[in-house]
Amino acid sequence: MKEKRNLLKNGTVQTLLTSLICIVLGMVIGFIVLLFINPSGAGEAILSVAKNFLTYKSGPMQLKYLGNTLVKTAPLLMCSLSVLFSYKVGLFNIGAAGQYVVGACACLYAALAWHLSWLPCMLLAIAAGAVFGALSGILKAYFNVNEVISGIMLNWIGLYTTNMVLSNVKETASPYTYQLSAAGEQALLPTLGLGALFNKNQYVGLAIPLSIIVAVIVWVVLTKTRFGYELKATGYNKNAAKYSGMAEKRNIILTLIIGGALAGMGASFLYQSGYEQWQCTYSSVPSMGFNGIAAAFLGGLNPIGTIFSSFFIQHITAGGAYVDKSMYCSQISDLISSIIVYLCGFVGFLKFAMNSYIEKKEAKKGGNE
Amino acid sequence: MLLLIQYTILFASILILVALGGCFSEHSGVINLGLEGIMVIGALGGALMMHYLPGSTSAFLMVLLVVLASITAGALYSVLLAVAAIHFKADQTIVGTAMNMLGTAAATVIVKAINTAENPDDVSATLQYVEEKAAFVKNIKGFEFNWFMVLTVVALILSYIVLYKTKFGLRLMACGEHPQAADSVGINVYKMRWAGVLISGVLGGLGGIAYITAGVSAWKFEYGVAGFGFLALAVMIFGQWKPTRIALAALLFGLFRALSNVYFGFDFLVRLNIPSGVYNMLPYIISLVVLAFTSKHSRAPKSEGIPYDKGSR
Amino acid sequence: MEQPYAIEMLNITKKFPGIVANDNITLQLKKGEIHALLGENGAGKSTLMSVLFGLYQPEEGIIKKDGKTVKINNPNDANDLGIGMVHQHFKLVECFTVLDNIILGVEPNQFGFLKKAEARKKVMELSEKYGLHIDPDALIEDITVGMQQRTEILKMLYRDNEILIFDEPTAVLTPQEIAELMQIMKNLAAEGKSILFISHKLSEIMNVADRCSVLRKGKYIGTVSIADTTVEELSAMMVGRNVNFHVEKEDKVPGDVVLDIEDLTVASNLHKNDAVKNVSFKVHAGEIVCIAGIDGNGQTELIHALTGLIPSVGGKISLCGQDITHASIRKRNNLGMAHIPEDRHKFGLILDYSLEENLILKRYFEPEFTNKAGFLNRINIRSYAEKLIEAYDVRSGQGAITTARSMSGGNQQKAIIAREIDLNPELLIAVQPTRGLDVGAIEYIHKQLVAQRDAGKAVLLVSLELDEVVDVPDRILVMHQGEIVGEFDPKKTTEEELGLYMAGAKKDKVTA
Repeated sequence: MKEKRNLLKNGTVQTLLTSLICIVLGMVIGFIVLLFINPSGAGEAILSVAKNFLTYKSGPMQLKYLGNTLVKTAPLLMCSLSVLFSYKVGLFNIGAAGQYVVGACACLYAALAWHLSWLPCMLLAIAAGAVFGALSGILKAYFNVNEVISGIMLNWIGLYTTNMVLSNVKETASPYTYQLSAAGEQALLPTLGLGALFNKNQYVGLAIPLSIIVAVIVWVVLTKTRFGYELKATGYNKNAAKYSGMAEKRNIILTLIIGGALAGMGASFLYQSGYEQWQCTYSSVPSMGFNGIAAAFLGGLNPIGTIFSSFFIQHITAGGAYVDKSMYCSQISDLISSIIVYLCGFVGFLKFAMNSYIEKKEAKKGGNE
Repeated sequence: MLLLIQYTILFASILILVALGGCFSEHSGVINLGLEGIMVIGALGGALMMHYLPGSTSAFLMVLLVVLASITAGALYSVLLAVAAIHFKADQTIVGTAMNMLGTAAATVIVKAINTAENPDDVSATLQYVEEKAAFVKNIKGFEFNWFMVLTVVALILSYIVLYKTKFGLRLMACGEHPQAADSVGINVYKMRWAGVLISGVLGGLGGIAYITAGVSAWKFEYGVAGFGFLALAVMIFGQWKPTRIALAALLFGLFRALSNVYFGFDFLVRLNIPSGVYNMLPYIISLVVLAFTSKHSRAPKSEGIPYDKGSR
Repeated sequence: MEQPYAIEMLNITKKFPGIVANDNITLQLKKGEIHALLGENGAGKSTLMSVLFGLYQPEEGIIKKDGKTVKINNPNDANDLGIGMVHQHFKLVECFTVLDNIILGVEPNQFGFLKKAEARKKVMELSEKYGLHIDPDALIEDITVGMQQRTEILKMLYRDNEILIFDEPTAVLTPQEIAELMQIMKNLAAEGKSILFISHKLSEIMNVADRCSVLRKGKYIGTVSIADTTVEELSAMMVGRNVNFHVEKEDKVPGDVVLDIEDLTVASNLHKNDAVKNVSFKVHAGEIVCIAGIDGNGQTELIHALTGLIPSVGGKISLCGQDITHASIRKRNNLGMAHIPEDRHKFGLILDYSLEENLILKRYFEPEFTNKAGFLNRINIRSYAEKLIEAYDVRSGQGAITTARSMSGGNQQKAIIAREIDLNPELLIAVQPTRGLDVGAIEYIHKQLVAQRDAGKAVLLVSLELDEVVDVPDRILVMHQGEIVGEFDPKKTTEEELGLYMAGAKKDKVTA
């Protein structure tokens, strides 16, 4: 009995538990929505969302589609790391979506117009994201502009810019940019032979292990280094950080630069895998950046946690494609992940409730003795 | 030129409505970043009403019912923010963001479900209401007069009176500035904040339906409202949380937003040969510049964004 | 039969997790009397008043009004019973006018529309009747603290309150304003109002009160009639032992100049005038210089500019002969400046960091704690923290890994003092270092300041407490409206003289 109580007191266990509660509640509410739309297929639909690639019967097919999910998990993980990293300094980087978009713009243009090889393309994507992050950071540090509002504005500016720039390298008959495998093969990320593990999935490659390595690096930076100590200090109490001699303005800008770089890198992970092309008629920002917010909070704002939460969010997003289209639409998974983000707003309260429950129990026990 | 004025006034109207919504919420002490989502849901409510009302409904009844549907939907949706921010001390940024994501996702799911139910091959995210929409517009010598313009003027005057001339307004603003002071003289801070958020839901919902009926064709719900809720927040900040200044700020923003719709009507602009994307970007760029100059000395309500806890004094 | 008591609080007990804030306390307020409630910080005065005001519900005990038991569930109930309070930290909305603040919550209205003309008339009548001068249309943020307090008093009178509570009302006033307030309180009592006066300042209680009830550590000690008691008796009741109020220190000849400020001017972020105007003074090694003055006369801005938190607009600051006017905060620290800040929660600590992480806040970048690659050395951090915790007797639940937030105010302050003094600074700046602490902690901190001075360091103290101003330093500089208006030797001055300067009634040409 005593051990169990101590377990619940543990911060990591609490985080895990609250994330699980968010997931379960999110799925339940999603299920209820499905019931309202059409009760007959709701159970099956919610199962498809939860199963994703497991919908396929054969092992090789499952592997192949698991590979596809992983291909999109890598960029999502980068976006969620971007959000998480900024949040540690007390900044809500909703601009990750726009940083991701300009990252896509930079790497695709470099690949298709200049025919650069994969590494310079990726570096340009990182740089583009970083520039957008820096803009938000400068506006915040020197002009006191709320980073959420500047982030949103930059998202739209980034989207329209990208559409204009990439129109120069798009197929004449469609709104899509040229296939990377045809017009910019040199820019495809190395596959490292990983595709073989996933039933010859040609999109699986460097991005997946690299994204996990980056997550670990972010964790190390935040917990083990002086830089992380400064960043968290700024996030907790920026007055005290300033008082102690930390350059808080520099840290704000630096953080958003790094956040932007991570999101830009995420874009290169997706578009340089050749899995998707950019559609030059996009009239809203791709949801990758926003899903990054979901993954970051669901992962308890822990870089290692976000590896798993990113996979989960991508898993259900991809799962949305398998619902019965005659009754439902694939956006049901967006619905579920946005409900999860909403519930993540209650995490503070949930933890508080848990702690006071424990305290009450312990006080009672102390009183009985 | 008339077209530019028409669109400027129309977009300014929408911005005023939504910015006033944000204004009420923030004066009560709750930051409403979910205005975008509230607009989408408000628009959905109104669009559904138009969709299901017979085309033969009289114009007056049509306007009345659609407006009622929108503000009800907006207010109901804003409950999500009120509950989380007022009672559970949730991070208002996360909740607002979630509401924006949820608004678009939910509207898309609902609209697609309705379309698919009526016709299994129809997977579009548009509702058919173009005919019904005509009720909102009156053509006066080439100028498309829109009932939302009137509603905006009414909302503007009402907001001014409510905020500065009534007991309610005085109490509401006290809660956003110094909730402990308000509490100490017996004002129920939670109740006032609920009121502020619900009013922002009403005005946001109204802004939403105004937004989607401003376009020529039926609106695709997948697109949300293209950052309009956030533009309205920028208008509110530029307007320093005061209705009259918000109106002026909205006209400026409305002008730039209108330009992207009608720039091709101006020969000299067409001759400049600027890609349309640049015009699309204009309102956002302007708002960034304006924010950069106004945010430093902002007079935001002092306690906005800080959850009120009766226990901590 | 006429009831002698306006309000009675009988056997009140209020518990919070881990602490009994009020333990069986009884307080009886007679009609038309001024009744003082005396106790140290943390004695339970505020809790008791919050119970009376309906902000907390007591576990035990009853409240009687005019002999009848009443239930007070919220401030509205208290207001209905005619109880009003001037809080220590005023509850005024800064961007509202005086009039709006007075009527807030009880607005005269018709169909919800404000009837301000009617309100204004009543306010002006009251203002005249009791001699409370105010400008009803001024914004709170533009008026003096004294006028803000009068606004608070008018708030109570506007509500026709019969029982008026003043919570530490003199903390922010000049001696002259205090005298004025005492007169107002006597007038109010003469008009039949019953007044509860909460304070820990014995002289004021002796001056104005009829009776006094004393609390100590949540317990009721007793009630005495002021006519039959002495300062010494009250003091012993409050503290429970005889305290040495005097700080022991040997005479010492100051050494070289450590801090040299010339013509320093700092802009205000509240109003258009400069907050600090052409201030010049020096602080030498081996002396404690105290900046005295009423809160809000530029002390905060002076210290913030001196420590680099805000820029100055003119003048020169030198530390140990080096010009630091535009130096970064880090540079100032490295040159030997340490700073015990006014607001320990806002500046001094990162409450969500552990104690050890807070203790290295100013040295984390040194090679001892960060290696060349930028990684923190957790082992050294721990041993350093444990050394400081022991040397300065910082107490906390789990030692070095305790979250700063969970520590008591006194121990939080000790942690800051440990950190700053261990920097071995040439100049120690201490801003209100004893605010909100109990007698034991205050004594400890004063000893530490004197020890720094005796070790040949320069100490700059900013204080609002007259006791501290007279007792601790070697030299006093009085600040008024952004200027240094007088320099004094604490041995050769009186509180009255200092008060005149603090209020701006007297002014010397000072080039300290």
